[in-house]
Amino acid sequence: MQLFLSSIGILLKGTETTVELTVASIFLGTAIAVFIALGQVYGNIWIKIAATIYERTIRSIPILIIMFIIFFGFPSMGIRFAPFVAAVLALGLRSSAYQSQIFRGALLAVSKGQVLAARSLGMTESQVFFHVTFPQAIRFSIAPLTNEFTIVLKDTSIAYALGVTELLREGTYIVSTTYEPLLIYSMCAAIYFIITFGTNKFVSVVEKRFSIPGYEVRGVERA
Amino acid sequence: MKLLEIRNLKKNYGEKEILKGISFEMDKRETIVVIGPSGTGKSTMLSCINMLTKPDDGEILLNGQDIVKAKNVEKMRQKIGMVFQEFNLFNHLTVLDNVRIGPLKVKKLSKSDATRMALENLRKVGLESRADAYPAELSGGQKQRVGIARALAMEPDLILFDEPTSALDPELVGEVLEVMRKLAKDGMTMLIVTHEMSFARDIADRIIFMENGYIVEEGTPQKILSHPEKERTRQFLSKFRRES
Repeated sequence: MQLFLSSIGILLKGTETTVELTVASIFLGTAIAVFIALGQVYGNIWIKIAATIYERTIRSIPILIIMFIIFFGFPSMGIRFAPFVAAVLALGLRSSAYQSQIFRGALLAVSKGQVLAARSLGMTESQVFFHVTFPQAIRFSIAPLTNEFTIVLKDTSIAYALGVTELLREGTYIVSTTYEPLLIYSMCAAIYFIITFGTNKFVSVVEKRFSIPGYEVRGVERA
Repeated sequence: MKLLEIRNLKKNYGEKEILKGISFEMDKRETIVVIGPSGTGKSTMLSCINMLTKPDDGEILLNGQDIVKAKNVEKMRQKIGMVFQEFNLFNHLTVLDNVRIGPLKVKKLSKSDATRMALENLRKVGLESRADAYPAELSGGQKQRVGIARALAMEPDLILFDEPTSALDPELVGEVLEVMRKLAKDGMTMLIVTHEMSFARDIADRIIFMENGYIVEEGTPQKILSHPEKERTRQFLSKFRRES
C-alpha cells in the first residue's frame, strides 16, 4: 500500500508525458492525414500516386523502426531531434497513414448520388464538399478515429526506447529500485486502461449526440 | 424562342456509343415524357442536359444559351432542376434543410426567405408537416416528394425527372405521380423519363420514344401510344399491353 501510494505520483507524472505525446502525435497525424485523404480522393493521378505511396510505405514499417530512423538515423544527415520530438514525429507520421485511410473511406462513403444532387442544385465543388460530403464524412470517421487514437495512446509506450520519460519508463524506474514489477506494471496497465476506456465512453456519447435520426451512423448507405 | 433546344447530342462511354445524335425542342410549360427500353440512353440524356455528364458532341440550348459551352456551369444548373430515381436526399439534413439549402447557399437568399420558399414548396408536395424529419425517417414516396420540393425551391425553368417512381414500392407510386400531375397543371416545364405508360398518356404533351441512342419517334400521346408509325415503337408498347 505504501509502495502504491508513493508510486502513483511518479506514474501520474509519466502519464502526463504520455498524454502529451498522444495529443501531439494525433494532431500531427490528423493534419497530415487530411491532405493525404483529400489527395487520394480528389487529387489528379500524380497526387493520388504520391499520396498512396506515402500511405503504403508508412503503413508497412514497424513503428519502432520509424522511430529509430528518425532518432538515430537522421543525425547522420545532420538532422537532430530531442527524444520527445522524434517520438511525436514517428507516431504522428505512422498515425497519419492510418487516419488518411479512415478519412478516405469516410469521404467515399457519402453516396455519389448526393454529390450529383448537390451539383444539380447549382452548388460549386467546394459547396458540395462543405455542405454535403464533409458533414457526413466526419460522422463516419468518429468511431474508427477513436480506435486509432487509442492505438496511438498505447504505442506512445514505444517512445520508452528513445528514453522519453513517459508512463512506462517512469514505471521501469520504480521497478528498478523496488523490484515490484507485477504491481508497478499492473498500475501502468490500469492507467492505460482507464484513459482508453474513458475516451471510448466519451466518444460514444459524442457519437450519439451527432447521430442522424433514423440513420445508422456507421451504416452502409441506403437509397 | 424555345425553352430547350437539343441538337445532335452525342455521348460515348469508351467504345460504346450511348447517344448517337439526339435532337428535339421543348417549349415553356410543356411536359415531355421519354419512353424506351432500358439501357437506351434516356438517363444519360437527362444527365447531359444539366452537364452532370459531359456530352461529347452537340448543343444544348437553354433559352438560346449553350449549356455545353457555358463558362459558369453552376449558374446554368440552377435553372434546371433534377429529380433522381434514388432520391439522393442529403441524409444529414432535415427535410426542411434539404429543400432550403439550394435557395440559401446557392441563391444566397436570406434565411427567412429561404425558409419561406422551402415551406411553400413542401406544402406543394404535401409534406409541410414532416419538415423536421430526417430522410431516413420517411417512406420512399415521401422521400421522392422531398426530392421534388428540393428541385422546385430553386425555381428552375425546367425540371428533369429520371425514372422518379422506379425505386418505389407499387403502393407509393401514386402519391409521387399525383404531385407531378399537379405540377404539370400548374405549368411547370418537365422532361420525364418513366415506364409508367398510363401516366405518360395522361400527363404528356408529347412523348418521345428512344431506342439505342436514337429518337425513333415522337408525337402526341395519342399518336405514339395508340397509333405508332414505327414498327419498333409498336413492339416496345406491345410488351406493356400484355402486362396490363
